Amino acid sequence: MSIWENLGLVYALLGAAVAVFLAGAGSAIGVGIAGQAAAGVVTEDPSKFAKVLVIQLLPGTQGIYGLLVGFLTLSKIGLLGGGAADLTPQTGLLILAACLPVGIVGLISGKSQGQAAAASIGIVAKKPEQFGKAMLFPAMVETYAILALLISILAVTAIPV
Amino acid sequence: MAVLQMQRVSICALKKDRKAILERLQSLGIMEVSQLAEEEDEIFQRMDTTGPRLSFEKKAHTADQALDVLEQYVPQKKSMFASLEGKKLVDKDQLQKAAENREEIMEMAADILLHSRQIAEKKAAILKDENQIESLSPWLGLGVPMNYEGTRHTVMLPGVMSAGTTLEDVYRILAEQIPETEELHVEIVSSGTDGVYLAVFCMKEDAVSVEEALRQGGFARPSQMVPADPAVRTEELKADIGKLNREIERKEEEIRDCAGRREELEYISDYYRIRAEKYQVLGTLPQSGRTFLISGYVPAKAVPALEKAVAQKYDCVMDVEDPKEDEEPPTILHNNAFSSSVEGVLESYGLPHKGEFDPTTIMSFFYVFFFGMMLSDAAYGAIVAIVCFIALKKFPRMSAGMHKSLKLFMFCGISTIVWGVLFGGYFGDVVDVVSSVFFGKEVSVPPLWFAPLNDPMKLLVFSMLFGVIHLFVGLGIKGYMELKDGKILDFFCDVVLWYVFLMGLILMLLPSEIFRSISQMEISFPPFMNTLAKALAIVGAVGLLLMSGRDNKNPVLRLALGAYDIYNITGWLSDVLSYSRLLALGLATGVIASVVNQMGSMMGKSVFGVLLFIVVFIVGHAMNLAINLLGAYVHTNRLQFVEFFGKFYEGGGKPFEPFESDTKYVDIKEETLS
Repeated sequence: MSIWENLGLVYALLGAAVAVFLAGAGSAIGVGIAGQAAAGVVTEDPSKFAKVLVIQLLPGTQGIYGLLVGFLTLSKIGLLGGGAADLTPQTGLLILAACLPVGIVGLISGKSQGQAAAASIGIVAKKPEQFGKAMLFPAMVETYAILALLISILAVTAIPV
Repeated sequence: MAVLQMQRVSICALKKDRKAILERLQSLGIMEVSQLAEEEDEIFQRMDTTGPRLSFEKKAHTADQALDVLEQYVPQKKSMFASLEGKKLVDKDQLQKAAENREEIMEMAADILLHSRQIAEKKAAILKDENQIESLSPWLGLGVPMNYEGTRHTVMLPGVMSAGTTLEDVYRILAEQIPETEELHVEIVSSGTDGVYLAVFCMKEDAVSVEEALRQGGFARPSQMVPADPAVRTEELKADIGKLNREIERKEEEIRDCAGRREELEYISDYYRIRAEKYQVLGTLPQSGRTFLISGYVPAKAVPALEKAVAQKYDCVMDVEDPKEDEEPPTILHNNAFSSSVEGVLESYGLPHKGEFDPTTIMSFFYVFFFGMMLSDAAYGAIVAIVCFIALKKFPRMSAGMHKSLKLFMFCGISTIVWGVLFGGYFGDVVDVVSSVFFGKEVSVPPLWFAPLNDPMKLLVFSMLFGVIHLFVGLGIKGYMELKDGKILDFFCDVVLWYVFLMGLILMLLPSEIFRSISQMEISFPPFMNTLAKALAIVGAVGLLLMSGRDNKNPVLRLALGAYDIYNITGWLSDVLSYSRLLALGLATGVIASVVNQMGSMMGKSVFGVLLFIVVFIVGHAMNLAINLLGAYVHTNRLQFVEFFGKFYEGGGKPFEPFESDTKYVDIKEETLS
């Protein structure tokens, strides 16, 4: 069984990989940026730990969305159940394309959301009572990751295998 | 579901009752003091209370610091949930008793602070001693004071040379530099990695040249010359450290002896805090020779109680009136037990301003509904609901804000259970996985409605439907407010026309090809409905085009503004699309839960497999629950704040901050308002 005969499966798996690693990398960057700001606040005032931790976690969702799409793709192509489906290269490419939105948007929005989260941590440092509002700014960025996730999910589930 | 009606109450009373009336008002805690903006004149003048107020604040602060010190030396055992417990409830008598002993308690607080300062000083002294011992340690073998002046004819030169220098090296250096000097004796006291410590003896007249010669070889005098035998001095220092340590222990003991009186310190701290608050208010009161005036906002339903407690007891005039047009009274929300739980969420956005509709009740239903849909796992919902319920029952004295939040999460948990049952999510697909992996036959709990993963398009359509309903309700509230204010034209142009326009568009969309391909639902209307839809859309669009810019006289500008308002349809589109997060977050919970189950069951049916499953199950689901709880909370808030409030709500009201006993440690049991 050469790789050329299974090109469809390779493309599909590549799609799952792209979704997980791009979105996961975005989240890692975002959470890292927010974490630096959070650590700074905690050195000054350790009692704000719980609040800044919550905000630091906000950019972490892109990685989960990537995982979600990756998992859906794997179960779609039957790699989880043992018997991999027989995919044509066209179907494989379709699945790869379906995985791109969540991967690319996840990467970029994860970073941006991390920056917004870092700024929001600044709000919590100075005005802890405005926690509710501070949490909203990073959530605004996440909307676009959700839209991308939606398209990826719809596309992956809609492709006939 | 409402904002409480506020009234302005002004009381003019005799000065001799001032203390009693103020204390009564403070213990009732129903008036936000806000003086009528009157300048001082010859008769009514304000009293300067800054001095006593600052002194009370300082005393409260001293007691707080003493409590901090006590906490440091005698930590109180606190459970993990200490923050839920809230303040202790104490009798007024207890506080009164503490107040009578205030001199003595404050003395104790000062003593505690003094002890703690002395401990810090002694610790610094110990550190100094230890440093000296450290620097003396290479000289321990010297046997004479370091500044030993020598005998009648000889001198001693103590010093340090670089590490690795041997006795021969020193003699060689000396022989090379000053070959003529022979009366020399070099002794190495100790040698270590940081240098060789040595003492050189020579004749008095050679001292200068010998030292110069040694310096060429890298010799340096020790930085510290202790006028005593290093060994003896070290012993002295050690004894001193021991003494200091014993003193520290004694001081600590004295601090610990005060631990039993922690409560009294708390009482006294709150006592001074209350008095400081009272003096702060006192400073704002206009007073004449024999009378004083106090004025502020009181909730209308509390006015009779105030009348009973003050007006009927003291000689005074009490004047009650509704706030004037230009006044902005503070806002208190009043809702039923269910809806009041989202008041905290509303507060974090902003309270309704004067005359604005309080959206709490309507929001509470949508909030709980959407939250459950996003978390959508019956088992997670049960965990959240049960944990919140137990916390509410176990800690009845938690702060009001915390109580509301926990209650909100309890309701959200219940809603999550309902959605979980509808979608068939119980820890994701744990029933299927466990039954097929460990018991060998597949059992699954069928969803009551449908499983979102099998038919995401259907849930997407429903998410948007819920979104449209939510947004239409928001627009409806705007219409209600405009009708209430008598702005019929605004109501028609801003609300009715939009309803007509949007309904027309939606009715046009439903039978179309696009909708059919998205939802896989075929909806066909009779022809007259299609005509009606087109008519509605056109009427709405034309109406908006003509009427939106109605404030402008210029017809061109008016049409341009109208066209711009129609362009807001894109805003509606993006608002509705935003509700797709209901689907996305719901799917995220379910899919990650099944990833966890799948990972746990990887080892198959064996003892080790079961153990692995249990560990992965607990850790994985705990993390999934935490992150999705956070997601559901944030995104439900967002849907309310951005999409829903964006349609009608402004906020910006002032919260009600009554003149009350604002304590830190204890709540005072009040006699009831009788």
